[in-house]
Amino acid sequence: MMLALSNLTVRRGDCPVVDRVTLTVGPGEFVGLIGPNGAGKTTLLRAALGFLAHEGESSLARLTPRERARAVAFLPQAREIAWPVDVETLVALGRAPHLGRAMGVEDRAAVERALQRMGLEGYRARVATALSGGEQARVLIARALAQETPLLLADEPVAGLDPESQIRAMQVFQDLAAEGRAVVASIHDLGLAARHCTRLVLLARGQVVADGPPAAVLTAENMAAVFGVRVFYAETPEGPVVQPLGVTR
Amino acid sequence: MANPGGRFLRGCVRGSDPLGAGLRTVALCASVAGSALLPARAQADAPARVVSINLCTDQLAMMLAAPGQLVSVSALAVEPQSSSMVEEARGIPQNYGQAEQVFLLRPDLVLAGAFTARATVDLLRRLGVTVVELPPADSLDDVAAHLRLVGAAMGREAEAERLVARYEADLARLRVSAEPAPAAMYYPNGYTTGAGTLADEILRHTGFSNVAVAAGLAGGGILPLERLVMAEPEMVVTSLPYPGASRSEEILVHPALQAVRERAGSAEVTDADWICGTPHVLRAVAGMGEARRGLDAMQLSQAAP
Amino acid sequence: MSYRGLLAALGALVTLLFAASLLVGPAALGFTESVVALLTGRGEAVVLVMREIRLPRALLGLMVGAVLGLSGAAMQGFLRNPLAEPGLIGVSSSAALGAVIALQTGIAAAFTLALPLAALAGAALSVLLILGLAGPRGGALALILAGIAISALAGAGVALVLNLSPNPFAAMEIVFWMMGSLADRSMVHVALAAPFMLLGTLMLLTLGRGLDALTLGEDAAEAMGVRLGRLRLVLIFGTALSVGAAVAVAGTVGFVGLVVPHVLRPLVGARPSRLLPAAALGGAAMLLAADIAVRVIAPDRDLKLGVLTALVGSPFFLHLIWRMRRLEA
Repeated sequence: MMLALSNLTVRRGDCPVVDRVTLTVGPGEFVGLIGPNGAGKTTLLRAALGFLAHEGESSLARLTPRERARAVAFLPQAREIAWPVDVETLVALGRAPHLGRAMGVEDRAAVERALQRMGLEGYRARVATALSGGEQARVLIARALAQETPLLLADEPVAGLDPESQIRAMQVFQDLAAEGRAVVASIHDLGLAARHCTRLVLLARGQVVADGPPAAVLTAENMAAVFGVRVFYAETPEGPVVQPLGVTR
Repeated sequence: MANPGGRFLRGCVRGSDPLGAGLRTVALCASVAGSALLPARAQADAPARVVSINLCTDQLAMMLAAPGQLVSVSALAVEPQSSSMVEEARGIPQNYGQAEQVFLLRPDLVLAGAFTARATVDLLRRLGVTVVELPPADSLDDVAAHLRLVGAAMGREAEAERLVARYEADLARLRVSAEPAPAAMYYPNGYTTGAGTLADEILRHTGFSNVAVAAGLAGGGILPLERLVMAEPEMVVTSLPYPGASRSEEILVHPALQAVRERAGSAEVTDADWICGTPHVLRAVAGMGEARRGLDAMQLSQAAP
Repeated sequence: MSYRGLLAALGALVTLLFAASLLVGPAALGFTESVVALLTGRGEAVVLVMREIRLPRALLGLMVGAVLGLSGAAMQGFLRNPLAEPGLIGVSSSAALGAVIALQTGIAAAFTLALPLAALAGAALSVLLILGLAGPRGGALALILAGIAISALAGAGVALVLNLSPNPFAAMEIVFWMMGSLADRSMVHVALAAPFMLLGTLMLLTLGRGLDALTLGEDAAEAMGVRLGRLRLVLIFGTALSVGAAVAVAGTVGFVGLVVPHVLRPLVGARPSRLLPAAALGGAAMLLAADIAVRVIAPDRDLKLGVLTALVGSPFFLHLIWRMRRLEA
């Protein structure tokens, strides 16, 4: 088991923002966390990491910071790069939890793998802050990959990327899952979520409304009730296709 | 000073004064420039209400005034650190030197320092008040001149002459004739006094030479501590610290200065006796004469065994 | 230039300036004479000048500059804002307020360590305030506004305390506390401040990895194992120790913590961890150079250090604001 949440609750004042979420994620899973704005996706991820005061249990929150950093990598929604460091240096920051006194051979290899996965080999000497938004997002994903943890939590990792970058990133996450690791990513694009995730968790007002394979979660009733939209859903030879068509309320 | 007469002219009252004061001033200039003494004036002409707004004129006026003539002195006059006549000043109302306050005292004569309170003096003159400004004393002779100047302004010439005579006699008695020993006056912020100052003349009068003069300093100025150390003075004269703390005074306890002091003689003096050109400088002169003789004794005892 | 090369070059520069600082002074001493006196203790007056006057001055220049550069780099790394500088955001003036209170209440006279400790307390309080008012999410505007408010308040406090002092010299020293000077400091001051500065420096130098990780924001850093709470504490106390002690003996010298990291950042690949030691060396070089300059420009006048650092620093400051404005627009 890589992530186990039981009755995880986060309150803002008296209102629960995350409400009794129970969830387990095992190896090989790529979990898409979907839900409308304000459903509590970001709060759930941050609470699961132990960054927020919460009730209930999270397996990650019990770890020491260093243990946790070796168990899970986190890709925050805000794509912050404060200083004009080069791409390789930035990606290498992901090795921090593993470092002894300095970067070793294994650390360099991990950085190399991360750069390769994200197709950034040609960018290593470029200044990260001078890249386009999409390129920066890819660099930050590479940083999280370089951490080489069994579990990756990513908050809207593909928002704002062009279609090619989105698909490539989702494929990387899929590959990680296929390699026996696990990924939990909040995603707004239902089409991408349906095609790449092994499992979807639908969140509404802090509660888990549906949890299961994409076809079981993306039902017309769920979509209408939670998102307020009508959705076209079809299984095709290329995989499931999901397209929101119109609003229902 | 190349032209003492010219310098003193700054102390003169000009122009807009009432006739009597103007006349007196002209006479004053002549007197302090070293020419004939002012003929004794009738006491009736003397200003009845004198206000002093400067520490040094405070003290001269207190020495010279007829009973009740001096109606106010500056607030500094009762500060023990700067004034030599705290006791005498206690009985006289104090002022803070502001034109409004001074004017309301209805003075016939205001005594002020030449380089302070410019705005106040200008305003008082515009209001028709007679103001006599006294330049700082730069030599031991200035003390006598200042006594006469203030005495004349206050209509107390006879008293002034009496004080001058006593001052000059005491001064002569306190002279130390000895091989000049290098001495350094050292004040907060590394301030010292060089050639052409009262303090320098006190040193010379008491058997010292001033290292600040050797360093080329004229008037007051900063002598960097390391130059003082290199001058290897045999006597270091410092002022007593004021209450409260200041970074400026820290230089007086600097280890380098302490080391110089340990090798040389040292004297701590009160600023009050050195600041003003009044007969109280005799206390400073006496103190330094004492220190000079102590220095000889120290060298003798070092040489003896 | 490699990172090691850069550190070596900065180290050489600091050594050179330190030597120059020992050899520059109003008393025209010969080169050989000075060196012999300093090293062997031969030649009475010269030894006094070299060991008791110039050596403490050079040492303080080195240490004060180093902690100012270092704490600037550390605060910038933590706040992810190149404008964070102890002088500009009121940390130094708050330390000055603490020092002045300790001096004028007489506590410092009764208990020597009270001076650096009070300055430390002032500095720590202001860092807490800054982090509270303009924490890492506060942005440049909040930081500068909070800094202006704290500086103004602390500056007014310094002026008030000094004006109320019974000592006539105290009121004239407002400019020292605002602009800083190393004139006529002694080994007593070195001994008083050095342990605090050293401890603060060591604390700040441990922050490198945490600050590197913070490049990606707080959540990412925390997820990489950085203990943010601990990092914040070490930053507050490291800064307070080093800046507090520096201000207690040298007054507030502004802009060193702004200019030095700004100039060196591109040379270390913008990595906060590498910037820390480089900024310490650079700060030492800048302050030693400034202190040599004040002695050369006005040997007998105690020109304040802050005047020179502000002359050099303000244009950098304006340039930074200009650049940030363009980025935010």
